[in-house]
Amino acid sequence: MTAKNQRLTLVLLALAAVAAAALLALSALGDQAAFFYAPSDVARNGLPLGKAVRLGGMVEAGSVRRAADGVTVHFVVTDGRATTPVTFAGIVPDLFREKSGVVAEGQFRPDGAFVATNLLAKHDEKYMPPELAGKMHETKTLEQ
Amino acid sequence: MIAEAGLAALWIAAALAALQLALAALGLVRPAAPELSAAVRPVAIVQGVLAAAAMLLLIAVFQQSDMSVKLVAENSHSAKPWIYKIAGAWGNHEGSMLLWVTILGLAGGAVALFERQLDERTAIATLGAQAAIALGFYAFLLLASNPFARLYPAPTEGAGLNPLLQDPGLAFHPPTLYAGYVGLSVAFSFAVGALVTRDVEREFARAMRPWVLGAWIFLTIGITAGSYWAYYELGWGGWWFWDPVENASLMPWLAATALLHSVTVLATRDGLRAWTVMLAVVAFSMSMIGTFLVRSGILTSVHAFAVDPRRGAFILALLAIYIGGALTLFALRVGTVRQGRTFELVSREGGLVANNLLLSVILGIVLIGTLYPIVAAGFGVQLSVGPPFFNKAAGPIALLLVAIMGVGPLLRWRRDDLSALAERITWPLVATGVAFVVALLAAMPIGVLPLLGLSLAAGLAVASVAPLWGRNLRRTPLFTWGMVIAHLGIAVSLAGMACDAAFTAERLVALAPGQATRVGPWRVTLDGISPVVADNWSALQARLTVERDEGVRRLYPQSRTFSDPPTTTSESAIATVADGQLYTVLGQPDGQGRWQLRLWWKPFVTLIWAGGALIALGGALSLAGRLMRRRQEAVA
Repeated sequence: MTAKNQRLTLVLLALAAVAAAALLALSALGDQAAFFYAPSDVARNGLPLGKAVRLGGMVEAGSVRRAADGVTVHFVVTDGRATTPVTFAGIVPDLFREKSGVVAEGQFRPDGAFVATNLLAKHDEKYMPPELAGKMHETKTLEQ
Repeated sequence: MIAEAGLAALWIAAALAALQLALAALGLVRPAAPELSAAVRPVAIVQGVLAAAAMLLLIAVFQQSDMSVKLVAENSHSAKPWIYKIAGAWGNHEGSMLLWVTILGLAGGAVALFERQLDERTAIATLGAQAAIALGFYAFLLLASNPFARLYPAPTEGAGLNPLLQDPGLAFHPPTLYAGYVGLSVAFSFAVGALVTRDVEREFARAMRPWVLGAWIFLTIGITAGSYWAYYELGWGGWWFWDPVENASLMPWLAATALLHSVTVLATRDGLRAWTVMLAVVAFSMSMIGTFLVRSGILTSVHAFAVDPRRGAFILALLAIYIGGALTLFALRVGTVRQGRTFELVSREGGLVANNLLLSVILGIVLIGTLYPIVAAGFGVQLSVGPPFFNKAAGPIALLLVAIMGVGPLLRWRRDDLSALAERITWPLVATGVAFVVALLAAMPIGVLPLLGLSLAAGLAVASVAPLWGRNLRRTPLFTWGMVIAHLGIAVSLAGMACDAAFTAERLVALAPGQATRVGPWRVTLDGISPVVADNWSALQARLTVERDEGVRRLYPQSRTFSDPPTTTSESAIATVADGQLYTVLGQPDGQGRWQLRLWWKPFVTLIWAGGALIALGGALSLAGRLMRRRQEAVA
């Protein structure tokens, strides 16, 4: 192989690798990215079944119930306009409480209930997940 | 007074960086005035010393708990243990940026002091580039994140440090990672320097290599330690979460790993010149993107404690200037970089090119996955990208890379013969096959990735020590040992990851005191719950008795409540045994006298970090070998 050909081959290989990475990443992103939903998005757009979802909102006052096994919790997430029932088996975050912000990661069941595999509560008194702050703000403006 | 002295030191250091840049530029334009170039090195050294002095003064302010300094008041507390007062100096945005600049200045000073073999004009251009980077970050510190700002009136007490950060890990984790990030800035400066003087030659690669190796070692240690820290501190049982901030440290590591291998081709065989220069630019760009992601607060993350859009914009501007500038320079000068030596496809060089391409693909995937949510947010779509994406997209390519890693070191430089190669890789192939069959028979059901991971780890372990076969071990150069041990470390780490993915047993229960449960081979009894009090926290502590065939141990997982600021964290308790770890977390009471417990039995999970340590050790041996060789050459 001549010097010039080799350099050209290497450049083409590098470009092919980068293109492959981008294609692979973008196609996988289509399936695997977890979209953010508020309860009213579900009411409006239907259930995103079979997809990883981040469900965000407030834990509705008086909605938290513990199952008899001591590790499963049921609660209701609200964004002020619609509500979604959530089930979670695990240790809830230390700052998980009623009337407080929460983001649940998991999937919807066909009956409209949400099964969370992970809960993120606000990290400290000041922290709120940015996407949640956005949704809350939206709700407020609409209500005015 | 201390705070003002620190601020003054920073301003003078910034002025010296400007002077350093001007002297280097003038010196290069006017070779007739050698006194201009001659002044660059001393200025670089003094600049580094002043930056370090500013950092020490900031630590002093934290040590004294001087609450009239805004940063101390916001991030420290007089009741904190002294170690966290020191570490607290960089456990916040301003302090960590000062640490960044300090390491940058010291690295520039070290280049000025020790780099004598490189062509002098290239060395001066390198120091000029280093000054240009430093100048931007001094501006960022002084204009947008002054660590020494005063607060009036001074509060009587500080707000405290985030409890998650009150851990010995904090003292070492950020400085290690930053040393890695900033070490890559030197590689970047070397590349810019060589482009400026059109001197992309072997000597440039040899001068750059120790810096790349050093940065890579620090990044490896930082990532490994950070992974273990997140593992035991977060209490989620995982060792890697594909958190954007973790990705921010992984991306420079991937680029540095690629650079490490391509710089070897350039230094040994004088090939891959333009590509190596390009990678040096990319590697430091990844460091800066990492810093931007962490420091701009653009991401939802446990690490993102600075939420200030102005700062994000500032770092973004710096990023655009440096990356854009370097790429422009590259585009202008790449035509003058002469073609290096050629090689056959089946050769050591060919293997290293494959290594570089695959690492670049993985880097691309991680970068796209990390930035995608930010881009999507720009279009009003809120989403997050997590482990399912990264594991699925990057996992198979990483395994392919491991396969090539086994073969690469067994290839000859320039050209090799496929049939001879087949003979050399017989035993690694046998090891892979045996591990595959054993895992398939003994561990069904097992996922595809863990199965392939275990088999390839076995093959790589055999292949990585193969370069030592038939050699006189005492005369084998240190850097060959380094390569063998680092590659073995990858095999060990991969085996740990595969075992963790395949064999972990998990149990989530609510137990009343006196009750017991099982997880894997362990029997876990909750003996009771009692309160515990320390200086700045109180806790509820579970007393667990854990038993397996060989004996009984006690574990004390806690749920801690910190007073300043008021926060609760889970402190996991871990029993480490020869064949893995039992990981226990205490949850909440269920209201009926029972307590939640989350338990994991993780066979061989410790191999993950043991492998990381081996990789870093391999890097250190390699670095020592290279430095010794360079010294011999310098003397000769």
